[in-house]
Amino acid sequence: MPTVELRFAALNGHVRTARMIATAVSRRAGVPAGAADEIKLAVTEACARAVRVNRRHAPQSPVLVALIDAPESFTITVADRGRTGDEVAPGPDGGLVTASALLDLEPESVVDPPWWSQPAAGGPDAQDDPDEDTAGLPSGLGLALIEGLVDEVEISRGPDGVGTVVAMTWHTDLSAVPPKPVR
Amino acid sequence: MDLSLTTRQEGNHTVVVVGGEIDVYTAPKLREQLIDLVSGGSYHLVVDMEGVEFLDSTGLGVLVGGLKRVRAHEGSLRLVCTQERILKIFRITGLTKVFPIHSSVEEALAAHE
Repeated sequence: MPTVELRFAALNGHVRTARMIATAVSRRAGVPAGAADEIKLAVTEACARAVRVNRRHAPQSPVLVALIDAPESFTITVADRGRTGDEVAPGPDGGLVTASALLDLEPESVVDPPWWSQPAAGGPDAQDDPDEDTAGLPSGLGLALIEGLVDEVEISRGPDGVGTVVAMTWHTDLSAVPPKPVR
Repeated sequence: MDLSLTTRQEGNHTVVVVGGEIDVYTAPKLREQLIDLVSGGSYHLVVDMEGVEFLDSTGLGVLVGGLKRVRAHEGSLRLVCTQERILKIFRITGLTKVFPIHSSVEEALAAHE
């Protein structure tokens, strides 16, 4: 059973609330201080994505967050009710793509990656859509960031076949940390 | 904590001092500020992020959008940041390759000379 469960309407303003609660609960759970910033960012990205996905496909459905404090780990799951796999960019190993691979920015590249010239950037006189803040950044960047922040991340279909569940785990017993895979 | 924004002119540069949390909720405010500056003819921007406590991918999107806008006018957008937790986000995304990142406003202004 989750230690703390949170259900909120799919509104951007509530993402901060989720962040504050996750931070407070992780602190109580004894997560190493260094991981606190990672948890804040990861839960924000997961919730912001869930809000976008729900707003697109199931605006009346809430986002469900569960914070699970286990003896040797701290897990946060974020579940949406949108189209399964929306805003999930898979990596070559079946996991998530890394943020740097997704953005594909090379140091001396002559050619900009395709997203760089996406119209969302607009010309200088382009009419901007206030809901479009991505500046052409590829969708899936939020989860790709998470890939670089958590010890384990698992993406699955919602329990009843609807939506996506993002499960993020940090090890709180540092002696139990498996070696990080080399990328 | 909410987002705070102040701007000042330093020669032909506009320095935007950002404080607080840049997230999906507050990022539109920063975005409007950058768009207003570019529309008003300020094409050389220095964004001072030393007072930023939190930055997410929406915030990155706003900064990338700002960079694209000033570049359309042959301008520049430089960041000032020494906070490890913020720098880490630029590193893991590879965006350190497109944003010049400086340790002080003075250094950012001098780099343009």
